[in-house]
Amino acid sequence: MTTFALPIPKRPTHPTGILNWITTIDHKKIGVLYGVTAFILFLTGGIEALLIRMQLAAPGMDFVSPEIYNQLFTMHGTTMIFLAIMPMGAAFFNYLIPLQIGARDVAFPRLNAFSYWTFLAGAIMLKSSWFLGGAPNAGWFGYAPITEIAYNPGHGIDFWILSLQVLGIASLAAAFNFIVTIINLRAPGMTLMRLPVFTWMTLITSILLVLAFPVITVALIELMFDRFYGMNFFNPVRGGNPVLWQHLFWVFGHPEVYILILPAMGLVSEIIPTFSKKPLFGYPVVIFSGIVIGFMGWMVWSHHMFTVGLGAVANSIFAITTMLIAVPTGVKIFNWIATMWKGSIDFNKTAMLYSIGFIFLFIIGGLSGVMHSSAASDAQQQDTYFIVAHIHYVLFGGAIMALLGGVYFYFPKITGKLMDESLGKINFWLTFIGMNLTFFPMHFSGMDGMPRRIYTYTSEMGWDLWNLISTFGVFIMGAGILIFVLNIVYSYLRGKESGNDPWDARTIEWAIPSPTPEYNFKKIPLIHSVDAFWEFKRNGTPIEPASGASENSEDEKNIHLPQPSYWPMVVSIGIMLAAYGMIFGLPISILGTIIGFIGVYAWSLEPVNEPEQH
Amino acid sequence: MSAEEHNHPNASKYFKIAIILCVLTALEFGVFYLEFLSYGIIPILTVLSVGKFALVIMYYMHLKFDSKLFTYIFLAGLFLATLVTFALMILLDWF
Amino acid sequence: MKTENIKHEENEHSYTGLNSKKLLMWAFLGSDCMFFAALIATYLVNMGNNPPGTPFPEDVFSIPITTVSTFVLLMSSMSMVLSYASLSQNKIKAFRVWLLSTVILGATFVGFQIFEFYEFSHHEVKVECGDLIDASKREKLTDLQVKIGDEKCIEGVKKVSEKVPLTPQVNLFGSTFFTLTGFHGGHVTFGIIWLLSLLIYSFKGNVSPLNLDLAALYWHFVDVVWIVIFTVVYLFGVFPGY
Repeated sequence: MTTFALPIPKRPTHPTGILNWITTIDHKKIGVLYGVTAFILFLTGGIEALLIRMQLAAPGMDFVSPEIYNQLFTMHGTTMIFLAIMPMGAAFFNYLIPLQIGARDVAFPRLNAFSYWTFLAGAIMLKSSWFLGGAPNAGWFGYAPITEIAYNPGHGIDFWILSLQVLGIASLAAAFNFIVTIINLRAPGMTLMRLPVFTWMTLITSILLVLAFPVITVALIELMFDRFYGMNFFNPVRGGNPVLWQHLFWVFGHPEVYILILPAMGLVSEIIPTFSKKPLFGYPVVIFSGIVIGFMGWMVWSHHMFTVGLGAVANSIFAITTMLIAVPTGVKIFNWIATMWKGSIDFNKTAMLYSIGFIFLFIIGGLSGVMHSSAASDAQQQDTYFIVAHIHYVLFGGAIMALLGGVYFYFPKITGKLMDESLGKINFWLTFIGMNLTFFPMHFSGMDGMPRRIYTYTSEMGWDLWNLISTFGVFIMGAGILIFVLNIVYSYLRGKESGNDPWDARTIEWAIPSPTPEYNFKKIPLIHSVDAFWEFKRNGTPIEPASGASENSEDEKNIHLPQPSYWPMVVSIGIMLAAYGMIFGLPISILGTIIGFIGVYAWSLEPVNEPEQH
Repeated sequence: MSAEEHNHPNASKYFKIAIILCVLTALEFGVFYLEFLSYGIIPILTVLSVGKFALVIMYYMHLKFDSKLFTYIFLAGLFLATLVTFALMILLDWF
Repeated sequence: MKTENIKHEENEHSYTGLNSKKLLMWAFLGSDCMFFAALIATYLVNMGNNPPGTPFPEDVFSIPITTVSTFVLLMSSMSMVLSYASLSQNKIKAFRVWLLSTVILGATFVGFQIFEFYEFSHHEVKVECGDLIDASKREKLTDLQVKIGDEKCIEGVKKVSEKVPLTPQVNLFGSTFFTLTGFHGGHVTFGIIWLLSLLIYSFKGNVSPLNLDLAALYWHFVDVVWIVIFTVVYLFGVFPGY
């Protein structure tokens, strides 16, 4: 490298403090960054929801202005889906996948850091719209033509478009990375049918991501061109077709739903067997139904559009496929229940309570989902609070419950400390009760015809009671989440030492010390079965180091780890500036593009520091 | 790596494929002007361009000589892309 | 030196024995299929939605010119694969020559596209007034030609013409066409920058066959996308049956 004199600074060696975090390419630190950032954004989305519920608490309220109200529900939906649930899933992917497959890191550690920083850039961009002229206000699926410039002249939609593009880049980069990691970096002996279920679900999620995101990218590009350059894609006045937006959005949007729920299903499939002391019932069936869900997720998108008028044939076909996709989902639920059947279930663990809560609430959400798979019935439910109830039962009752359970389950792995179980139980019950108080009444207000997204309503409609209960429930749920935060802080500071394997768990990430050492596995293990660590503990099948793996080392100092780098963040900053420049002026875009290019070149040319002398 | 390279065709093979590609393009160009074919040009042109497509991905992108996994990954994307395109054309009354 | 660095960078064992970067590239190409599918689908479903009096595909496309540019891109694929073959046999000079020709051919293709875009946005409809009267010739005129001819042809005038530019704003064909081919051209341009970077780097360090292969896969993919666009957009677009 000495012959090649480019002015690229050396990689940071042993950075400390903040530099450590911004140059890190360690999947565990990136996972923690993802988790903390996503949780903070989850809280902001929660505050937006709280304001919505305050406005709807009683008829004729004027708590926020109608303009702000529209921005609130748009930002709430967009935040929760793209900035909270997806990155919380990504936090678990990052932390767990290399541990579950017995690897030192992901396949492309710097790309992984880039995913995080780009996600953060997109999040900052979306949230900054509140302070830069108004947030987007067209709902989280931004149906055209309300998003067209003629009807929506402010910058809100521009922020929405551009930040979703930036977030898309982040998600795509992460998904490519995990596909390659799971295919290529498995420890010897870890065949596909020995992968932990969470890893399997991550693989399916990542494949869905790389296939679904390009479609929304195109739709957003087209909308952006309409707005910025006066093109006609979704502008009916010039022959454009707004229904095409709906199609493109839902071609992406429906796989996206499974992108949100499959990681949660994966986590639950880890937690339930552990606390039932039984292997997962029908492991291959769980995997197979995951694959079927991933495949069939592409055939159902028009069920979001039953009232558009696609015709009887199209509606019937999509109604049938939608009913069919409930089958693999139901199969999974039976698998979890059968796993618990006759197991010695530990109800004292919050993670288990959350998992059972997940099953319970997800069944309710799934059943209301099957109800509107019938096109005729959906015509009554479309755009009412019944749909709002459904989506919250599957996304809060489903995804969030499982993710919170996952935090309780994996907190010892990350910090080496146990989370407080008494606080945990209060946390769980408040969240569970609050969640049901908030969202269950929405079934009734929806059936009574209350449309979603309305600013207010009159008392004659008869929706007062349901709305009041819903608003009341939000406060209980909020209290539950506050206790969760309290528990995290308390346990991080004062929590009991957990030891390596506090749950008597099954998969190999628990075979190594907690908190996880920087190099994960001192020796790359050789895998003989699914649940290898359980086999080791119960049947004495040893987890021996794979012979011939060149990375193995007795002395941890000899383990080569990928080195930190400045450039992933530089590229992300470039992308963020390029996106901001689309709104605030071309020079900023050009500057961003230049920074991005410098970052990419430096990234591909930066030297690797020589291994230190020992 | 080396075992993989042994299977790779040599330069003359690449030339031959280039010639076939050119011939196919010329055929496309010629068929296009045969008016008596009417709608018949649609299947003909489709077959010709699918042939070009296949030649490039099989030989120039050496899918034929590489691991099948690459083929599966790419074809999954391609298959879904085709499916979605046709579904959208049907749903939006193109036919 | 470079290859040594790469070894440190990559995780050394690979379960499948396949190179991770190559796997990444193929996954990306699979994903990019969806990107172009969405663009092509947008183009196709909007074909019937153009307001009359604006340019349609049959007004602006010139199949012979596009056939030539298609040929140029195909040739660039050939030189790309020859460049790769030379590098894997360690013929550095041939590798550079073929790589440079790929870049030049790619740039020529982009040049064609810029020319085309310019021509379309300054499109002038010309009509021989005599053709309007002869039924068999009239049948072959485009709707736009008939419209303009009927409006402008008066006694004693042989030829009329009118500027009817095709821009992204004027109709849906313009919006979808420029977006689709523009993004394809963007892909080609990105590929040119990538190949040029490798070419320049080859004088300073060693380009590994793997790194060239990644760029080559991308390059050929952009070529196959054009094969689809040429048939679906250009040939089918001008075909009177639509």
